[in-house]
Amino acid sequence: MAAESGGGGSAGYIEHHLTNLQAGEGFWTFHIDSLFYSVLLGVLFAGSFYFAARRATAGVPGRWQSFVEMLVDFVNTQVKDAYHGPSKLLAPLALTIFCWVFLMNFMDLVPVDLLPEIGLLMGIEYMKVVPSTDLNITFGLSISVFLLIIVFSIRAKGLGGFGREIFFKPFGKWLLPFNVTLKIVEELAKPMSLALRLFGNLYAGELIFILIALFTLGNTLTSLVTSAAAFSFVVQFALGLAWALFHILVITLQAFIFMMLTIVYLSMASEEH
Amino acid sequence: MNINATLLAQCLVFAALVWFTMKFIWPQVLEAIDQRNREIADGLEAAARGRSELDAAQGRIEQLVSEARSQASEIIEQANGRASRIVDEAREEGERERLRLVESAHSEIERETMQARDELREQVAGLAIAGAEKILQREIDAGAHGAMLQRFADRI
Repeated sequence: MAAESGGGGSAGYIEHHLTNLQAGEGFWTFHIDSLFYSVLLGVLFAGSFYFAARRATAGVPGRWQSFVEMLVDFVNTQVKDAYHGPSKLLAPLALTIFCWVFLMNFMDLVPVDLLPEIGLLMGIEYMKVVPSTDLNITFGLSISVFLLIIVFSIRAKGLGGFGREIFFKPFGKWLLPFNVTLKIVEELAKPMSLALRLFGNLYAGELIFILIALFTLGNTLTSLVTSAAAFSFVVQFALGLAWALFHILVITLQAFIFMMLTIVYLSMASEEH
Repeated sequence: MNINATLLAQCLVFAALVWFTMKFIWPQVLEAIDQRNREIADGLEAAARGRSELDAAQGRIEQLVSEARSQASEIIEQANGRASRIVDEAREEGERERLRLVESAHSEIERETMQARDELREQVAGLAIAGAEKILQREIDAGAHGAMLQRFADRI
């Protein structure tokens, strides 16, 4: 990963890596790179799973179908363990979250400079390839889940029941303002923690990959013959390998946690407290 | 790192993906899994049923075999009894036949003896007559003496 920075040394290199490709002004700014990769991976997930689902047979399944069934069965088990409501939405939602978040996290394992360099060759100046290191993406997911929590609550308890839960629990009607404050904090904590946990883990992971890539920053292939450069190359390889192996665990775990917490929040929402 | 409209776009993409999964992926895959599970359950049940049927058939076979074996030995016994009876009967029959043959042979012999004696008697009478005829040719009336000699021969 002999990276060539666009100038500005290490700081410039890092900053370049942490800048999104943007379009638009003010709030109406779109992070083109995050959205591009997030949609690409979403389509990859939906398309490949649709391929398996369309040809799904009850007979002997092919390898891909077996894999898809394994995931579906896994998610189904998790959902059934936690949620006892009648929703047809929750299980597909959980599957989508798990696979999509995993794929977005997986972009972290692609060498940090590979896609941005290709982008540079095509004239694209900035590119962040890991959508889940973008707060907009993680909050987009968690706020959607938050809205679903409200929908599930109202559906399970009715508008009145939901209102009662906001105003009169847990301390009764004489402490109404306190109840409301508590409820708002409690509910807002859910999307915040979902989004920030995923973002934090992936952002940190990405940053460490970038820092590891700094070892050979500025070196060219020919300069690798000097012993110092060769040494830093070996160190970068070893650290990169170790961190990547560890990161396989992290990205899977984060995808699983996001899915699991979504299931738990939504099943909590559809039960009386 | 600021929050902007990317978030809204991401929400829309998310909603579309979830809808797609809910519509075109989840039910189909789950249906395939459930159906296979049902088929496996049916298969296992059929296997268990087949095994118990096999056991029952095995029992029936053993029963049939032992029945057949006892029947066979019975038949063999009967056959042996009948065979010995037949042999006995044949022996008795043979004995009777022998006695009958011996008796008839005796009577045949007796008859032949009588016949031979008769013939002999006649021949003796003829010889006597011939001799007498030779001796008494001239003086004796063949007719009158013949009758007398015949009476004599009859007495032998």
